[in-house]
Amino acid sequence: MDDEIILLAHGSGSRLSHELIEKNFLPPLANPLLAKLDDSAVFDLSGRLAFTTDSYVVSPIFFPGGDIGKLAVCGTINDIAMSGATPLYLSLSFIIEEGLTLGELKKIVSSIKAAAEEAGVKIVTGDTKVVNRGGADKLFINTSGIGIVPQGIDISGANAKVGDKIILSGTIGDHGIAVMSQREGLKFSVPVQSDCAPLNKLVSQMAEDSSQIHSLRDPTRGGLATTLNEFAKQSKVGIRIEEGKIPIHDGVRAACELLGFDPLYVANEGKLVAIVTADDAQMVLAKMKRNQYGAEAAIIGEVTDEYKGKVIMKTRLGASRIVDMLSGELLPRIC
Amino acid sequence: MKFIDEYRDVELGKKLVARIEQLSKRPARLMEFCGGHTVAIMRNGIRQLLPPTVEMLSGPGCPVCVTANADIDKAIALARLPDVIITTFGDMMKVPGSYSSLQKVRAEEADIRIVYSTQDALQIARDNPTRSVIFIGIGFETTSPTIAASIFQAENEGIRNFYVLCLLKLCPPIMKAILDLGELKLDGIVCPGHVSAIIGSRHYEFIPRDYGVACVVSGFEPLDILQSVAMLVEQIESGKPRVEIAYRRGVKPEGNITALKLMDSVFEVSGADWRGIGVVPASGLKLRKEYGRFDAELAFSVTLEPVREAKGCICGDILRGVKTPNECKLFRKACFPEQPVGPCMVSSEGACAAYYQYEIV
Repeated sequence: MDDEIILLAHGSGSRLSHELIEKNFLPPLANPLLAKLDDSAVFDLSGRLAFTTDSYVVSPIFFPGGDIGKLAVCGTINDIAMSGATPLYLSLSFIIEEGLTLGELKKIVSSIKAAAEEAGVKIVTGDTKVVNRGGADKLFINTSGIGIVPQGIDISGANAKVGDKIILSGTIGDHGIAVMSQREGLKFSVPVQSDCAPLNKLVSQMAEDSSQIHSLRDPTRGGLATTLNEFAKQSKVGIRIEEGKIPIHDGVRAACELLGFDPLYVANEGKLVAIVTADDAQMVLAKMKRNQYGAEAAIIGEVTDEYKGKVIMKTRLGASRIVDMLSGELLPRIC
Repeated sequence: MKFIDEYRDVELGKKLVARIEQLSKRPARLMEFCGGHTVAIMRNGIRQLLPPTVEMLSGPGCPVCVTANADIDKAIALARLPDVIITTFGDMMKVPGSYSSLQKVRAEEADIRIVYSTQDALQIARDNPTRSVIFIGIGFETTSPTIAASIFQAENEGIRNFYVLCLLKLCPPIMKAILDLGELKLDGIVCPGHVSAIIGSRHYEFIPRDYGVACVVSGFEPLDILQSVAMLVEQIESGKPRVEIAYRRGVKPEGNITALKLMDSVFEVSGADWRGIGVVPASGLKLRKEYGRFDAELAFSVTLEPVREAKGCICGDILRGVKTPNECKLFRKACFPEQPVGPCMVSSEGACAAYYQYEIV
């Protein structure tokens, strides 16, 4: 059964399409809103809403520490969480390339289920399309999500203030290197796993005791460097970080050395950067360290009134250098 | 992490900086030949740490930057041929030729694939027996042995659809060419670490002997570079220039004999066209006659438009160390990493990209 492949007919609206949905999507993702199979999910919400959407096109679709399904759910949950909101409902839209095996699809749906359960969100609506071989790269997933912003929360990339501390929730570059090592068949003595994870509970714990979290963002594509540059530009402040304080796993460091990458620019899928007032920084940090996804959290720098719109890094040797945004693709060096 | 952390030790770094300050009395103009060194210097802020007596200039040691426009045009023309797959190291993608870049022709029509090694290129050739797979063979002595090995392997396995556009270049001859130009008075050279792992240090002996310029082969970690600068300053102050190896964990005086033999069996020395310098005799490698069937230039015929250089671009002067990126009128104004005018802004090892990315202005 599992080596059966997806045919164009699975996306034609025929009995096969219905079977695909009823057998492979409904049981694992079961909830009353989804089970109705109406054109829209109808539910009550009140308060300030956070709404986001994202498409996932990762290759390969399975990588150490996750797959495209887990990535799609965590990515959208994290985008909602970074506005301080509590994510509630997700949509899930599959574009499947003819030829994907049912076994692969089942594996992906099962990790979607696990990630959604861990985060406490429900998948309430979805769609499936099948395209000709070559029309997609195995599987593309689009997810949209909706959440509620609790009262008193005002988090934005534009809210950073001079004197605030910058907290990073853990090591950087794990996801990008895990995917790349799988894609290129590179093996490292210290294996690297993607950090792909839902961060909504970490954020809600951070916000429990502090109303002084000014900015939050998950540094995905473009990495930590790009996120910090976005904050600096949005808030019109300078950001100073210290190289020696940024946590990096040995495997990621080794891979970056080998490939000529700067880990500051490598993607993450289970990390966040928080900008918090100096008064609350230690308390928020302590809270983060008690959560499994913040155990290696560290204060890596602060917001300054120097070099507005720029990120400056103090190197280990005590010199200073600029940390620019990622420009173009991350490409391996020649020698 | 072993072999990394010990070369980034902060306390040791501070001691080396203090030692350089103490040693350096007269002005010393040093050239780091290798683009990898330029990046390490900028990334670690090493120029800020050195005393004002020590000046560091970037040299022509970035394989992408020194590739002449004419050769990039050739690669692009090959990419446009039917049934051809171009395989290349990633850095080459964005380099503008006279009219286009590999990145642009890939978006328009061509099948161009980024590879991490020549082994990947060979695998693509095995997987696509009905198409011709051309590897863009750029680089110095560091990459030459792996390209030689791929040709050996293709020969042994009977892979008939694998070709190399051979644009390989040699370091010692270009160092001599730059010193002969006499445009700048150098006191010392930070010699390339990875190139020297292959060729050893003996090939640099003509530099102190004939030109009175100090030479130290350096690794790529911040402490490697500081130690090399300290050794160069010491030589300069003593007035006894010679060749020394600071990168002892990677380089032997005689080099890597196996790699050298491999290179020698596949390639022979030829003239090479260097951006900003022109054709320098005996500064490149071409395939030996017996491996001529792997030579993309012989196997394919392409028509090329006249070569055009970007107006105002001074990459040539920067590669010769005559000017720094900050002296270019286009730098940060019309030339950015996203829209590079010249190759020094394209390559991750290019001097302009390193200055742009790391220098505080």
